[in-house]
Amino acid sequence: MTQLKELLSTLEHVAKHPAQVINKCLEDKRLMIGCTPEYCPEEIVYAAGMLPVGLWGGATSIRNANQYFPAFACSLVQTTLELGMRGVYDQLAGVIIPAHCDHLKCFGQDWKVAVPQVRFIPLAHPINRKLEAAVEYLKSEYSRIKSVLEEIGGKPISHQDLSEAIEVYNLHRKTLREFTLIARDYCTTITPSVRHNVIKSGYFMDKLEHTQLVNSLIGELKKAPPEEWKGQKVVLTGIMAEPKEILDMFEEYGLAVAADDLAQESRQFRTDVPEGKDPLERLARHWSCMEGCSLLYDPQKNRRFMLKTMAEESRADGVVACIMKFCEMEEFDYPIYKKTLEEAEIPLLYLELDLATPSLEQVRTRIQSFAEMISLKP
Amino acid sequence: MPEKLTSRNLLNQLQTRHYTNAYTAKMKGQLVGWATSIFPQEFCETMDLTVVYPENHAAAVAAKRGALPLLEQAESEGYSVDLCSYARINLAYMKSQAAEVPIPLPDFILCCNNICNTLIKWYENIATELNIPMILIDVPFNHGYEPTPAAIDYIKSEFEECIRQLETITGRQFNFERFQEVMKLSNENSRAWKRALDLNQAVPAPLNGFELFNYMSQMVCARGRKETGELFKLLIEELEEKISLGKSCYEDGEKCRVMWDGIACWPHIKHNYKALAKSGINIVCSSYPEAWVLLYEPGNMDELARVYSMIGNNTCMEYQADRREGEVRNFKLDGILFHVNRSCKVMAFMQYEQQRLVAARTGVSIMNFDGDQADPRNFAAAQFETRLEALMEIVSQNKSAKKSKEVMNNDPA
Ligand code: SF4
Ligand code: SF4
Repeated sequence: MTQLKELLSTLEHVAKHPAQVINKCLEDKRLMIGCTPEYCPEEIVYAAGMLPVGLWGGATSIRNANQYFPAFACSLVQTTLELGMRGVYDQLAGVIIPAHCDHLKCFGQDWKVAVPQVRFIPLAHPINRKLEAAVEYLKSEYSRIKSVLEEIGGKPISHQDLSEAIEVYNLHRKTLREFTLIARDYCTTITPSVRHNVIKSGYFMDKLEHTQLVNSLIGELKKAPPEEWKGQKVVLTGIMAEPKEILDMFEEYGLAVAADDLAQESRQFRTDVPEGKDPLERLARHWSCMEGCSLLYDPQKNRRFMLKTMAEESRADGVVACIMKFCEMEEFDYPIYKKTLEEAEIPLLYLELDLATPSLEQVRTRIQSFAEMISLKP
Repeated sequence: MPEKLTSRNLLNQLQTRHYTNAYTAKMKGQLVGWATSIFPQEFCETMDLTVVYPENHAAAVAAKRGALPLLEQAESEGYSVDLCSYARINLAYMKSQAAEVPIPLPDFILCCNNICNTLIKWYENIATELNIPMILIDVPFNHGYEPTPAAIDYIKSEFEECIRQLETITGRQFNFERFQEVMKLSNENSRAWKRALDLNQAVPAPLNGFELFNYMSQMVCARGRKETGELFKLLIEELEEKISLGKSCYEDGEKCRVMWDGIACWPHIKHNYKALAKSGINIVCSSYPEAWVLLYEPGNMDELARVYSMIGNNTCMEYQADRREGEVRNFKLDGILFHVNRSCKVMAFMQYEQQRLVAARTGVSIMNFDGDQADPRNFAAAQFETRLEALMEIVSQNKSAKKSKEVMNNDPA
């Protein structure tokens, strides 16, 4: 196997079998903290010497979570609670649950009762994030989380630990940004699902190690000249592009990913933690610096312009809205950016996604006709 | 001799006036705002601003059976059917202004997420589409029992920002003396509203709970106004009189005292009313109208921040269960009817655990039904009626079990 292939298969393996990585972590006696969508201060967990593990639901049927959620909760919270109730996360020393949306507010409260064996660490971000008082408030939230982690880990987290963690994370962000840029020139090798797995594997690995792997991958890719791509390219927007079968469908119908505006992917790493003296304050200020996500207060919906620019700059042939069913955060934004993209004559596909009971045939038909439609565009 | 003014008539007059005044103001070129139902109205009232409440309006549209065309219009614009129906009605209305009761379009909007975060997304869309300023007062979700001191500081700072923004929008200065008066008045009104709600603790209850939803409109739209106090004074007098006569709101008495948990199903309210009356179930209280009881020491900004943050939907599992437990005891409830509201995620997603908690703590009978506060398509009359029957059955079983237990406890042997 060439080195490129080896790297890709390692990353894919991690993305698909997180349990193995986690078992290794257990052997090493490193504590793990679950970080649920969409934004958690992973740096604090890392600074505590623990491994932050991303919990983004999964393809599973609901057998227990319906004791807490009626059918109209998004499948991200449904399936995460389901897995939690089945004991899948029992190895975690705690789970941080933010309250970005109404689903997550209740999810945290339900978790406390439904999965009492995995400690609930709540977090409520300030939505008026541009106010200076918001930074102060978020700092206090982070400081509480820091104390909880100190208690769990049995040792203090120093300023230096935090600053170092921020460096590790900023470097990781930079590397992933670089990867997403390079990936669009190698669409044959970096298929939609490969691209997704490269990014997703980072949720189950030490970020330092992940950065090294992705860096080597970038180096290997660059060794060959950019690949010619005869198919079309799209921008993905939304919370996440799962269930994973849809990415294979993109590939099947000749669609590559030019760029993404997904909460699970680029939204996590497009903004660095800013410079500053106090690391907790830097982390809190990071939240104020971020833009263009349905979870970030945006009274002028600048997200629509960001999306348009992203599609234009990445020379995408269209945009695919990956809408998690019942996610009102994304559902409210959709009609607004739809108008902007229509005005700019950028084709847009609405895909309603569900992790728990995916109706994939309908999705397939929609992807197929969209691919055909954009391939006919002059 | 002119007929005696009833509180019901006065309420209708005040509500009609509320909507016509808004239109007149707009026509005169004055600024009009839209606000979420539990926005700290103290600030806009102090500025003497004309404000209407889209949730209240959407409810009125739905109760008059005008929701469907607007819901369909919103869907055709790309809004998912899964979104809160109040939002869909309002966002469609904003474009077509097609409703029996019209409201003027806003020049600015005021949003507080103490009932849900859905509102923020909805209001962002209004601000974007109409290109108008939006003021947001964000109250972080209370995962703990109470807001943290840091959250209080943050909210207070948002209050200051709100004042600054209102001054910019109106070009007028904020008058702190008037602010003090408005806070005083708002508290008096809240106390009167609480008193009216509590009078229904009497057995039999003097008021049918559905009436509460109507009177509540006044608390939504004019919490800081003098006329609201007058309305509740009248209502309280009427209720006290009924209580002194031992009169039930049901002709043949109330068989069962129940709390309605959640918002009404406006498009089907007549049906619900009849079905409940038929089974002799009286809705003596509801978790919903209580939300507008906002009591604080006038001038105490910490308390103001706290009270607006502690709205039921914004609180943790334990707090909500404690509140419900209190209601069960104070209102001597036999049961709770939970509206699993398709529109309202924040209310529905803790309900199941709330049901278990409250049942375990109080032994009260619990039943739920599927519905929607304004989308007529998400409600099945047959299910509702079957659930009422089932509730009545459990209540009577519970009652007889309780009686036999009492007999046993009294057994001298
Ligand atoms: S997918 Fe949407 S609804 Fe679900 S947790 Fe994320 S933001 Fe909330
Ligand atoms: S019904 Fe629920 S979701 Fe809709 S505005 Fe009211 S609280 Fe929010």
